[in-house]
Amino acid sequence: MGMMKLFRIRGGVHPQGRKSLSADQPIRDVPLPDLLHVPLQQHAGQPAEAVVKKGDLVLKGQVIAVGQGRISAPVHAPTSGTVVGLGRYTAPHPSGLPGRTITIRPDGKDAWADLPSPMDPFECEPGVIAKRVAESGIVGMGGAAFPSAVKLDLGRRFDLHTLIINGAECEPYLTCDDRLMREHPDEIVDGVRIMAHALGVERIVIAVEGNKPLAIRALAHASKDVSTIMIQEVPARYPMGSEKHLTQTLIGKETPARGLTAEIGVVVHNVATAMAVRDAVRFGRPLISRVVTVSGEGISNPGNFRTPIGTPVRHLIDHAGGLRGEPARLLLGGPMMGQPLADMKAPIVKGTNGILALADLPPTVAQNPCIRCASCVDACPCGLVPLEMSAAIRKEDMARATHLGLMDCIGCGSCAYVCPSSIPLVQYFNYAKGKITKQQRAEHKQMETKRLAEARTERMERVQREKREAMAQRKAAQTRTKPERSETQQDQDGEEVSA
Amino acid sequence: MSTPPPLVGGPYLKQSPSVTAIMGLVMVALAPATLYGFYQFGWPAINLFVVTVASAWLCEAGVLKLTRQPLLPAVGDGSALLTGWLLAMTLPPWAPWWVGVMGSFFAIVLAKQVFGGLGQNLFNPAMVARVILLISFPVQMTYFVAPLPLGDLGAPGFLDGLAITFGFGVSGVDAVSSASILGHIKTELGQGVSWSTAFREAFEMRGMIFGTVPGSLGETSAPLLILGGMLLLGMRIITWHIPLAMMGTIAIMAGLFNVIDPLHYPDAWVHLLSGATVLGAFFIATDLVTSPSSPLGKIVFGVGCGALAYIIRTWGGYPEGIAFAVLIMNAATPLIDRYIKPRVYGRTTNGKPLEYGGGEK
Repeated sequence: MGMMKLFRIRGGVHPQGRKSLSADQPIRDVPLPDLLHVPLQQHAGQPAEAVVKKGDLVLKGQVIAVGQGRISAPVHAPTSGTVVGLGRYTAPHPSGLPGRTITIRPDGKDAWADLPSPMDPFECEPGVIAKRVAESGIVGMGGAAFPSAVKLDLGRRFDLHTLIINGAECEPYLTCDDRLMREHPDEIVDGVRIMAHALGVERIVIAVEGNKPLAIRALAHASKDVSTIMIQEVPARYPMGSEKHLTQTLIGKETPARGLTAEIGVVVHNVATAMAVRDAVRFGRPLISRVVTVSGEGISNPGNFRTPIGTPVRHLIDHAGGLRGEPARLLLGGPMMGQPLADMKAPIVKGTNGILALADLPPTVAQNPCIRCASCVDACPCGLVPLEMSAAIRKEDMARATHLGLMDCIGCGSCAYVCPSSIPLVQYFNYAKGKITKQQRAEHKQMETKRLAEARTERMERVQREKREAMAQRKAAQTRTKPERSETQQDQDGEEVSA
Repeated sequence: MSTPPPLVGGPYLKQSPSVTAIMGLVMVALAPATLYGFYQFGWPAINLFVVTVASAWLCEAGVLKLTRQPLLPAVGDGSALLTGWLLAMTLPPWAPWWVGVMGSFFAIVLAKQVFGGLGQNLFNPAMVARVILLISFPVQMTYFVAPLPLGDLGAPGFLDGLAITFGFGVSGVDAVSSASILGHIKTELGQGVSWSTAFREAFEMRGMIFGTVPGSLGETSAPLLILGGMLLLGMRIITWHIPLAMMGTIAIMAGLFNVIDPLHYPDAWVHLLSGATVLGAFFIATDLVTSPSSPLGKIVFGVGCGALAYIIRTWGGYPEGIAFAVLIMNAATPLIDRYIKPRVYGRTTNGKPLEYGGGEK
């Protein structure tokens, strides 16, 4: 265990962990459902583009959609079977609106495709590892689902000194990372070393909140012969898992606003991502399943399940003993930053770390006006003044909200968690962020239109001018044949003026 | 899901005392000093307290009714009761009933509801009421009595209490009218008597600490008020910034002038333990609605309250200055909040993104 000097972060809250519901449940496999619905957009960035068609037979691990552009990720078949649909299907999003999805009927054989050959990561160039990670469709598995290869390639752009592995798992209820660390510490340590090699850094800190002593012990044991790895306990304090705040806790430096942790020499990856990287590099296996915590007071047998991507939520919940009565709210992810789930048809995706069925909900509308108690100011880990931001947003004064730092808000919900008036502050901020993005898009469009219109006017004028000049030249050529000097002079002057 | 609750952003877990619970906790914190005030000043004090608190609540309900606003949750949140309670604490304990009623009217109607109700008022309602009363009814507002503890020989009984508060009939009680400590010192200083002589003539330090001195209903017992303040700090209803900054400033200024001229400037203990200093520092200046929201802003606010209170007490026309000081600083709160904000993560105090130099290759 590490003995680093830790640095205090501002604000934060101490929610009840409620992790005991599922923390002692070993990871179990989920049997294949009748149909797998694999969305093309499971990551931040551009959606993938399907490369199979209806009726195709696919093998486990075969590429079924390729990434588009720099920030994207390919999608692989989670098992062998037949592509039975290529269309739109309920997305795991609060709206429940459909998104582009490939539907596969498993054939039950679970037959692997020809996988890329295993690599010895320490024998190859760092860029090769990032390439393999990109081809394997790996994205950040802590929830943000940012393509991991992009973050593994940062060593080329920045001077990096530390790789931080995020095992904080600060969201209440969630235990999937805890279980992975307890059950697969050797694999995680191997994956972490591969990542460090890809990044070209010598120093690795695996940070775990103090409420997971067994995970800390397991990792410490697994890494005892690796001098570059330090297992560091961090205080259990939400939002410790926010990468910028975790970095500050360990390094003592704040990431510049709107910037990357790489600017201060640090790259942060999640523990589950480290495990996926190992599978991809050592065995050529793409990311086709993940561990999901199914928990909450509304679940009969909470637990942690290795779930194929595309498994409908309902199938997974049934596997956890089903619902215990009507839940007050179904969530994707943790209770602090998770998203409400509109429909149990929606599939599990690469970024789904938890499915929660909550038995009761806090009030969704303000119970009292703001009494300016400033609890939100004290709780904000970003140094914002939520009470003033929400007042500005109530008046639709987005300029003021932006001036107050709305875009520096990480949406962690600490403010709303402590608000005695139960004002849905995060709801206000999400609304305003959406509105501002829309506004910016409209402005951008307007500016583009203006630019194009101006370019066109200019082009037309140039064409006209060129025509006039050509005519004048022709005229000049004609007049040159005439004897009068003075007239030629005049014409030349005229030409000069027009030019 | 039959009728799903509205889709509102998270968090879906919550843990905080409600507004009503916060008001209730402040009342619990005020209770020891209040009960001690009842004991010291007897039935008239109890009557005045009940009248003031009840009329504050009725004023709140009345305005809501008049302006056709829903009565709930506003009348149930406890804020009007707390305002009435705080006001009663600052009144002379034997003041007539109508002082309490008018005070509650000023506090709730003028200072709170006219501004838009809970959370909208610029000025501390109880202090607005106290200042209006002090200016309008200087006689009633400076009529202090020496404590006559409940059950003592000569203390007013229940009926005497009613007579004193409501003015029915004549009470058989001979009250020993007396000036408050600060009032007494101010008068004597004006006549060329040194403060310590004046102080020693009339009071004992022990009495001042334990509150067995003339004064407002709930202001006299510093230890019990500090106990309540500690409770609020412990329950995280208030932070240390305002009380410490305010009392620290008063102590430093009083100490400084006392060192310069020990004859004319009372020492720090007199200023800290007399008048509304402790009540003001823990319960009045820390009013959530009317104080700044950032930690540094709270310190500036507390220093301002302390300095103004000392200046008014020492060189102003009134012996007591807490109420004026708090009101003046209330007016400065929007300004403080505008210019003093916490530093945003990843930015300099000017709001520019942090720069470390280097980093990118």
